[in-house]
Amino acid sequence: MSKAKKFMYINRHAPCGTVYAVEGLEVVLIGAAFEQDVCMAFVGDGVFQLKQDQDTADTGMKNFSPAYRALGDYEVNRLYVERESLEERGLTEDDLMPLTWEDEDDDWAEKPSIHIVDRAQLSDLIEEQDILLNF
Amino acid sequence: MKFSVMVNEGPYTHQASDSAYQFIRAALSAGHEIFRVFFYHDGVNNGTRLTTPPQDDRHIVNRWSELASEHDLDLVVCVAAAQRRGIVDPDEAKRNSKDGDNIAPGFRISGLGQLIEAGIESDRLLVFGD
Repeated sequence: MSKAKKFMYINRHAPCGTVYAVEGLEVVLIGAAFEQDVCMAFVGDGVFQLKQDQDTADTGMKNFSPAYRALGDYEVNRLYVERESLEERGLTEDDLMPLTWEDEDDDWAEKPSIHIVDRAQLSDLIEEQDILLNF
Repeated sequence: MKFSVMVNEGPYTHQASDSAYQFIRAALSAGHEIFRVFFYHDGVNNGTRLTTPPQDDRHIVNRWSELASEHDLDLVVCVAAAQRRGIVDPDEAKRNSKDGDNIAPGFRISGLGQLIEAGIESDRLLVFGD
């Protein structure tokens, strides 16, 4: 196979209300097997996907948020969260799940997967990609 | 150029399927190649042959089947999304003990890997959805 492509999965929807978030996450987990250069972006209501302590019990829907913790094991370890989207929703980084990954090249040091970026930085990151998948 | 297309919304409710269809027709007539069309989320509902729209409206499903037949298109319906929404081919009907199937001609059911592969193999991947 030729050189890896840069894939960015852009998450724009809240975790509940529509199916986009959970089915989007399924694509990321399956896609991880293809050894491409993968990152994720969370913008707009998509930032709610990473909110800590999600509880869906009263909705009758499955709480799939623990699955985000598996991303690090799938080498999906760059999750860009747009700062403005957090601020607009009254959230800070402390409201998000503390997602981490273990860096094999640094004695398995545990490192944060979540990177808060501003809108302009995210725009530059999007510009670098080969494939953008919107969910 | 080699294109792949992802369709994320069902027929009639949303324009995504119509727009994807029009794009593909235009691309083919301009001499481009379509590597694959991948149906995901409610987009899998484009693949049921049981659709019966009013006679004075376009038949979105048949239109896809005809385009696939004319241009040998690879129309792939995501298996996980299809199982949730009741889009079934004969193999899936057997595997899940269903009393029938409804997959339209020209469509096939396969996994999400087909979407990633389409991204890798094509020059551009276009997403039609909400």
